[in-house]
Amino acid sequence: MDMKIRTFKRHFREGLKNTWRNNWMTLASVAAVTTTLLLVATFLVLMFNLNHVADALEEDVQMKVLVDLTADEDETEALGDELNALNNIESVEFSSRDEELEGLISSMGEQGDSWGLQDEDNPLNDAYVVRANEPQDTIEIAEEIEQMDSVERVNYGQDVVQNLFTFNNYARNIGLVLIVALLFTAIFLISNTIKITIMARRREIEIMKLVGATNWFIRWPFFVEGLLLGVLGSIVPISILTVGYYYLDQNAAAVNQFEFIQILPFYPFIFQLAAIILAIGAGIGIWGSVMSVRKFLKV
Amino acid sequence: MIELKNVKKTYPNGVTALNGIDIHIDSGEFVYLVGQSGAGKSTFIKLIFREEMASSGDIYINNRDLSTMKWKDVPHLRREIGVVYQDFKLLPKMTVYENVAFALEVVEESPRQIRKRVMEVLDQVGLKNKARFIPDELSGGEQQRVAIARAIANYPKLLIADEPTGNLDPDTSWEIMKILEEINATGTTIIMATHSKDIVNTIKRRVIAVEGGLVVRDQHRGDYGYED
Ligand SMILES: Nc1ncnc2c1ncn2[C@@H]1O[C@H](COP(=O)(O)OP(=O)(O)OP(=O)(O)O)[C@@H](O)[C@H]1O
Ligand SMILES: [Mg+2]
Repeated sequence: MDMKIRTFKRHFREGLKNTWRNNWMTLASVAAVTTTLLLVATFLVLMFNLNHVADALEEDVQMKVLVDLTADEDETEALGDELNALNNIESVEFSSRDEELEGLISSMGEQGDSWGLQDEDNPLNDAYVVRANEPQDTIEIAEEIEQMDSVERVNYGQDVVQNLFTFNNYARNIGLVLIVALLFTAIFLISNTIKITIMARRREIEIMKLVGATNWFIRWPFFVEGLLLGVLGSIVPISILTVGYYYLDQNAAAVNQFEFIQILPFYPFIFQLAAIILAIGAGIGIWGSVMSVRKFLKV
Repeated sequence: MIELKNVKKTYPNGVTALNGIDIHIDSGEFVYLVGQSGAGKSTFIKLIFREEMASSGDIYINNRDLSTMKWKDVPHLRREIGVVYQDFKLLPKMTVYENVAFALEVVEESPRQIRKRVMEVLDQVGLKNKARFIPDELSGGEQQRVAIARAIANYPKLLIADEPTGNLDPDTSWEIMKILEEINATGTTIIMATHSKDIVNTIKRRVIAVEGGLVVRDQHRGDYGYED
């Protein structure tokens, strides 16, 4: 599309003029964008952080493959090779029964010492600690490993992991659906508000078509107007979110007792978020605006 | 320049406005389109301008085949045709100058060209001294002259006018006709739908009479042929 700079300037001027001239409608549209973006942005913050936490939790998921007590050294090694040969595996680490015991004792703290466990015969198995490339594959891989020789059992906190994955998937999907629904509502609102102002400009469009204006020539000012509405509408949500998230970030450490739950750091998250909100605002503004002229171009 | 072959137009509501029209109009002609209300005159004009599409038949304008024309080419067809309507279709908030300049901005003329051409056509319709007025400050005849100036600004080869004098008193109508004749004298083809017996019978030109969606008479230097 080779547009002359003069024409580009004209479209920009027209877009600005219309935004200004229809000030009440502009205000209504901006309010619609603002409200939507606030909701969307809040959801995005929740979702990104949920995802972050979920990822962290999922990262912690590992399988402990308990080697049969009856397996000899060769068989144990053979199992190790077989595990290493699996696809979708990030790491396999051997942990001898003595190491396992030490780990157990240290995890029990003083109690472990007082029980004097180390004096007795070690009842634990040798083990392999296996991590999946994709934590979500853990359950499947565990089932595969259980079929192997010399495997007594595979532990990965079965119930907790299953629930965690299910919850995460639900949360992600519901969040996504809600955001999409919100976006469509906003587009609908904007396109309707602008449609009202177009009624007044209907004659102008009609005459433009009469004298041979191309559809894009007519559309561009609306494109500019939509862009402007979107950008104006993102100012308040971005400001509120920046301030809000800053306080959250500052106070989170103090409130947070569980170290594994960490929110995304203020920087660079807030910049990414602002960019996303601005892009969404511009997108719905433009879409809503350009959509509303569609009907009038069909002459 | 204009060729219609067995053109039919049935509107979506089932009304058949044109029912097999054959017309040939040469470059430079001045044609009156007459016929009772509802005969299909406006429909004919809309087909030429591609405001409506024919249901069947072929239409050629300046060697363009309108039945196969793509939507994106329609603006270019329209730039070769000037249109004038009964209700002027001026933008009320713009000055006379801006109303005319608008048509040239749309086709991306340079500002210098626009200034020059707008004053030229306003001079041609005798409104050079009212360039800064808005339509509400003008008489009906003056408004129609602005509309004509806008229609010819882009040097169209064809000017179509749908009852251009329909809202004007007789004296003013003659003024408008004088301007249209002058435009025709420069080689522009003119098609004008009208109900004015006086005009058709005084300024004798080719008359095409339409009735019930058919051409019932096509006569050079013809009469209006209906009682008012
Ligand atoms: N957009 C439309 N949809 C449906 N029917 C239409 C439409 N426009 C015109 N018609 C019908 O087509 C027929 C021809 O109408 P048209 O406007 O062409 O007549 P006309 O000769 O211009 O009449 P007039 O002298 O009153 O302007 C009429 O019966 C009219 O009702
Ligand atoms: Mg008519």
